[in-house]
Amino acid sequence: MRYAMAVDTKKCVGCSDCVVACQTENNVPHGFCREWVVETMNGTYPQLEIEIRSERCNHCINAPCVRCCPTGASHFAEGGIVLVEHNKCIGCGACMASCPYDARYPHPDGYVDKCTFCFHRIKIGLAPACAAVCPTKCIYFGDLDDPNSDVSVVLKKRKSKTLIPEAGTKPQLYFLI
Amino acid sequence: MEEELLVSGRMNQLIDPQLNIWHWQIPLYLFLGGMAAGILCIAALYFIRGRENDYRTAVRITPFLAPFLLVIGLITLFIDLRHKLFFWQLYTNIRLQSPMSWGAWTLMVITPVSFIWCALHIKDIFPNWDWKFKWIYDIESFFNKYKKVLAWIMLIYGIILGIYTGILLSAFNARPLWNTSILGPLFLSSGLSAGAAATLILSKNKSERRQFARIDLVLIGIELFFIIHMFMGFLASTQVQIEAAKLFLGGPYTMSFWIFVVILGMLIPALLEFMELSKFHIPAIVPAVLVIFGSLMLRFIIVYAGQVSRWLY
Repeated sequence: MRYAMAVDTKKCVGCSDCVVACQTENNVPHGFCREWVVETMNGTYPQLEIEIRSERCNHCINAPCVRCCPTGASHFAEGGIVLVEHNKCIGCGACMASCPYDARYPHPDGYVDKCTFCFHRIKIGLAPACAAVCPTKCIYFGDLDDPNSDVSVVLKKRKSKTLIPEAGTKPQLYFLI
Repeated sequence: MEEELLVSGRMNQLIDPQLNIWHWQIPLYLFLGGMAAGILCIAALYFIRGRENDYRTAVRITPFLAPFLLVIGLITLFIDLRHKLFFWQLYTNIRLQSPMSWGAWTLMVITPVSFIWCALHIKDIFPNWDWKFKWIYDIESFFNKYKKVLAWIMLIYGIILGIYTGILLSAFNARPLWNTSILGPLFLSSGLSAGAAATLILSKNKSERRQFARIDLVLIGIELFFIIHMFMGFLASTQVQIEAAKLFLGGPYTMSFWIFVVILGMLIPALLEFMELSKFHIPAIVPAVLVIFGSLMLRFIIVYAGQVSRWLY
């Protein structure tokens, strides 16, 4: 099992619904977010190209945060999802310093927090909150090992990229371009 | 032309617009740990080589600083943790891939060893010291018997401690400025030179002071060599590391790095020590304090600048 997510940059309108859904679903404290939207502009007017990306933890295969964690609080759960065990986390900040995507934040309660791919939802067969709420249905989630899952099908059909693959982290958040 | 026009929903305090998670505690600890490592390594090395009587201060007196430095360092590390009550999790896990885990276990070994080393030499500071109980005398004579083993442990763990303070940072490939393996040897040599400077301050013996001025001079040379190679490596590397080097070559950290670390912390003390060795009279405390100051500033600037450097995407 290998969970992954694909975001269609051609369909995303940057409404930030996914951001708010995530904050509500996961009780993210005020002033922080587990996911965010980036809008980039390329070219010179009038030849402009826009790309909108809904970004979050990349749940990397070679995750530097798991490697650097001194207590094993950051770990791989089922399907390669990177999770933080709150009662093992000492809040040292090594994982935040090691993440090239800056996907983690220090929760005011002391531990470090991040996107879980809504582990509590996918366990009971629901899609992550961001994917479920997206009004343009541009977020695909599923198991890469299952050739019929939403994410496998769309990644086969479309051209995609990952963010800074040169950081060597093998990210599992794909962007359809 | 590429422009990141708008970032919505991204608003993590302490992360945006740049990483802001490690403040004075971490660089101060890296300095204290590095200096303690330097002091203990030098003491152990001279003891193992049987030069205890020639370099009495370095072997028997300066190590009294080490437990204080290590304990203050441990306290600053503890202050830095955000989930403080769970700190003991460091000692229920061994994670070979995590430099921080290595560091936690190294401190667990070297802190008690430094206390034992001081206890064995307590009569040098307090001549009338009495341990009061016979069993403490028994323990003392046990360690006296195996003092050479103790010195070897101190030397090896001192080197690990000194190197780890740099490797801790270089393991983070997300921060291109830190992501260079030369930080390990650079911080070790900087720690050793701070340790040698401590003996330079404390020693009353002229020939010992001359020897430590020489050691400091060599170590400053090695540090400069590492710094030059660090920049050569950055400038010959990928765009993100070129950007990292630019923080010091015209960027916001240029003045503080070159003035405080290189000129005040290395070149001027090297010149003063060179003059001292060629028969000018220079108060030993001046270059020594400058070296220790430079060593502290090196940690501060590298830790702060590293949090500014990042991958571009």
